[in-house]
Formats: sequence, structure tokens, C-alpha cells
Amino acid sequence: MAAIAPTQQVRSTVELALRGTKRDVAGRLFQAGLLLSLLLALAILIVLLGTALVDAWPVLSTRVGDFVTKDVSRLDSRAGVRQGVVGSLILIGFVAVVALPLGIAAAIYLQEYARDTRMNRLLTTNIRNLAGVPSIVYGILGLVVFVKTLRTLTGPENFGRSFISGGMTLAVLVLPIIILITMEALRSVPKSIREAAYGVGATRWEVVRSHVLPYAAPGVFTGTILSLARAFGETAPLLLVGAVTGYLSTPTGRSPLEILQGSYTSLPTLIFSWSRLAGEGWEANTAAAIIVLLAIILVVNLVAILLRNRYDRKW
Amino acid sequence: MATTTGDPRLSIERLQGSPRRKRKESAVHGTLAAAAGISMVISFAIVIALVGQAIAFLSDVELGALWTVGWRPRSGEFDIATILIGTLEVSVIAMLIATPLGLGAAMYLSEYATPKTRRRLKPILETLAGIPSVVLGYFALVVINPVIVQGLFGASSTFTIMAAGIGVGILTIPLVASVAEDAMYAVPGALREAAYGIGARRRTVTTKVVFPAAVSGIVASLILGFSRALGETLVVAIAAGATSGATRHWNPLEPGQTMTGAIASLAIGSDQVKNVAGLNPFDSLYLVGLLLFVMTLGLNLLSERFVRRVRKDY
Repeated sequence: MAAIAPTQQVRSTVELALRGTKRDVAGRLFQAGLLLSLLLALAILIVLLGTALVDAWPVLSTRVGDFVTKDVSRLDSRAGVRQGVVGSLILIGFVAVVALPLGIAAAIYLQEYARDTRMNRLLTTNIRNLAGVPSIVYGILGLVVFVKTLRTLTGPENFGRSFISGGMTLAVLVLPIIILITMEALRSVPKSIREAAYGVGATRWEVVRSHVLPYAAPGVFTGTILSLARAFGETAPLLLVGAVTGYLSTPTGRSPLEILQGSYTSLPTLIFSWSRLAGEGWEANTAAAIIVLLAIILVVNLVAILLRNRYDRKW
Repeated sequence: MATTTGDPRLSIERLQGSPRRKRKESAVHGTLAAAAGISMVISFAIVIALVGQAIAFLSDVELGALWTVGWRPRSGEFDIATILIGTLEVSVIAMLIATPLGLGAAMYLSEYATPKTRRRLKPILETLAGIPSVVLGYFALVVINPVIVQGLFGASSTFTIMAAGIGVGILTIPLVASVAEDAMYAVPGALREAAYGIGARRRTVTTKVVFPAAVSGIVASLILGFSRALGETLVVAIAAGATSGATRHWNPLEPGQTMTGAIASLAIGSDQVKNVAGLNPFDSLYLVGLLLFVMTLGLNLLSERFVRRVRKDY
């Protein structure tokens, strides 16, 4: 045993020399700083959720059932978010029906069909820029086109301020995002898949429909879920196309078309208008509505992230 | 080979494929192209809607009203400088928050995190990106303003430009982080290995090799972040105050108005009637919207140029 001691000593000296004698303090600090910026983001999230929960507690602990099932009211102790939740769901349904097929079709064209011509490059650049236009500008577009110009179609009885106007505006807003996400997903499918299908005589559409789309589907799916979640929380454009910020009554017994052409509100719009009202009761209501909104959005995002991790494929 | 050319079953028609399949193919092609063309229609609609209405407003308003001491649409004062200053203040404060935090997060995820920690930490940013701006607006009003702006900077107002700026900054972090991370992740591993091979430490590799190689993409991420901050509406509408009007000032510890905030408060205001001069103050939002559109479009085009430079290098 005594013979081993010098060799170990030599070994540690050599190891120390190889590793460098100084500890890299500045490097460690740098790394800690970088990690801190991520943890700060996490801390912000936690404080945000915590504050909203504490502020919302008076409502959540006493009348959470009523809060979710009752309509808006002028009295803070009576107000509920039912119309907001239902309104947001109808708006999102509208967006899904209009923007999803259009967006996916446009992406297939640009990624699978279009040759690298000047026109097609212009189209792609244009879509990228549309995705960066502030949402409130889409609100102005919706105001001019759907609320003013197409008033007779969108809502003849309430100056065009209807579900149709709101839904169409949101659809136009998320369309470029859906196109970009779908293009990305299509791009990640390797060429060999397409070539194998062409090799056995498939037409372009057959290649896309039976080979490329199935492989790209998980990516398209998660991406579109996330963009619909974004549309769910979007508020600014709806303020311009007439989402009701005050009192709203929803009469029963209307036909689906009458409902779509009728006045509307959304959950984020309710949060915005309540946050401007004075008094502790309204503060609690605002926070409780935020909890409802975040619960919906976070669950949807979680599902999307889990789906992506489940189907993530390396080629 | 001679038997093949002489085969009676093989004809030009058969080699051309079935007409039914070809018809379907061209129908699908046309439909898809039309869908892609709709994006062009949207762009034209935006430009026509904004430009047309903005010109209509400009022809009604006295041009002197665009340069006064404050933004008070109700009394016919449409001082563009007031809301431009407010917008710039909010965006600069936002970038002071989002630049260090966004780039720090991007560097950690791209250069330090193992694949496993990356998978665990990235959802933080994705969750933050999913928080609607109306929620951040409320957060800015009830937490950021009383705790940080009033507590640390001694502001007295319930609504401040600074609180809105910090809120917008938090919203901008994920965008900056994800674009910058993509840029750094795309730097080829060979560059890092060459540096490690001559004994560089990880910090040296990150700051002296990866950062310079990815600098175009990082600049693009900051430009995109700034553009997003310019267009952010709800945080400002809730936390910056000044819904009815604002005087021109540079103090971020006071309430103020931004371009987006001005549009929002005009939209929800009830004063959609012509005033004494026969002017509808509501229509000023088209002019502000046009300015905002031009500013963000310019920034987005600029960032696209930077992104393209990254792709060219490697």
C-alpha cells in the first residue's frame, strides 16, 4: 500500500496540471449569470401566477361556480365570465374553420409546388412580414373591411360589430403564422420520402397527401394549436372590431346565424375592461378571469408541448 | 430492347398518364396557389385601408393640429410627437429588459445546457411566450408599478410609462431568446471544437467564437424584439394610463400615451361624433396605424436582411 502513495500523488499533480491550476471563477460567474436570466423568467411566471391567485382568492374561494357560469353584470359581486369564455371559443372556432385550411393549403403550395421564382420569393417574404405586423393594425384592417365595408353581411343589426367580424379579423391575423409553421414542418420531411413516392409514379399531390403530410402532421398540429392559443388571448384587434367592453346581454333562442351576426365579447376583452374599473371587487374579478384564461391557455400549451415531445422525430 | 419498342400495349397516350389524374393534379395546384395568393390580398387590403383612411383624415384636419403640445383627440390636438416619444420610451425600456435576459437565456440554452436540461428549461420561455398581453398589462399595473417603479424609482403615479415598458419587455424576452438561440445553435460545431482544441474555455468560446459568428442573427433578434415592442398594445393601454390625452414629455415615471395606446383608447372611446370643426377624432387612428405599420415593416425588412446574412456565411 505504501508503494501506491507516491503514484497517486504524481497522478493528482499531473491531473491538476492538465486541468489548469486556477479555478475559472469568472467563467463560473458568467455561466451562473446566464442561468439566472432563465430562472428570472421562471420567477416572473411564478410571481405572476401567485399574484393572480392571491388577488382572485376572494372570488375563487366563495363563488367559483357562479363566476364561470354567470353573465357579465354591473355589480361586481354578481359578474361572471360565461359570455367571455363562450365568445372566445366561438371566435377560435371561426379562426380554425377559416384560417387552418387556407393556411395549410398556402404552405403546401409555397413549400411543395412553387418553383424558386421571383413571384414566389416575394410571396414568402410578404407572409413573413405579415406575421410581424402588430395585431392592432389587423384590428384597423378588420374595422375597415369587415365592420364598415361588409356591414350588411357581418352584422346588419349592430353596425357590423359581430362574431363574424371578430372571427374573420383573428383569422387574418393568425393566417401568416399558420403558413410559416406549416412550411417549417413540411421542410423537415426529408427529400428521400418524396423521391421514393415519385419513383413509383405518384403525382405531386399524391406525394404530398399520402407521404409528406402524414409525416409533417405532428409539427403542423402542435404549431397550429399554439397559434390558436395565441389568438385566444389576443385582445387588441377585437377592441377595434367592436368586442363589447361594457354590459352585454345575450338573448336566448336565436338561430346560429343571428348569434354570429350578434354582439359579442371575449374573455381577454372582459379582463381588459374589468381591469379599468375601480374597487376591490373588480380587482378580484379581473384576477379570477385571468386565472380562467391562463388555465385554458396553459393547458392547451402543455398539450402542444407534450404532443411535440411525443412525436418529435429525428431523421 | 426491340421487343419493348414494338410492344403494342405501350403508347404515347399511356406514357402521358391518365387524364383523370392529371386533371385532379392541376385542379389541386390551382387551389393551393389561390390560397397562397390570399396573403397578397391581405397585404394590399392593409395598405389600402390604412392609406385611404389616413389621407381622408389628413385632408380634414388642419395640419397645425399634428404639431401641438399634446395628444388630445377630443379637443382637436393630434400631436404625433407626443405618442411617438411615448412609444419610443416604452420600447427602449422594454429592450433594456429583454436584451440581457433574452440573450442570456439564449446563450445558456445554446452553449451551456445539456440536451436534457434544454428540454426541461425551454418550456419556461415557451410558457412565457404564451401569456397573453392583457395578463401582462394587469401584472404591470398591480405588481410592477407599485413594487418596482414606485418602490425603487420613487414614482407617485398609479400609471407610468416605465411600468408599461417593463411589462412589454417581459413579453419580448421569449421572442429575442428564440431568434438569438436559433442563430447561435446554427453556428457549426467545428468552430467551437477548433477553439476548444487550442485550450479555450467555454466562456471564451461562447463570447469570442459563437457570439461573433452569430452576430447577424442576434442583431436580427433585437430588431424583431424592438418591432414587437412598438406594436404591443394591451400592456400600454392598461398600465401607462393617459387614456383621454397626454401632454408631450420625456419623463418615464409619469403616465403617457403611445401610438398603440392612442389607437386602443380611440377605439373604445365613445366620442365617434364630429367635433365643431367637422372632424371626427376617431379617424386619427388610421393615421397613427399607418405610421405604426410603416415603422414595424421597415424594422422587419431590416431584420430579414440580417437573418439572410447568417444563412449565407455557412
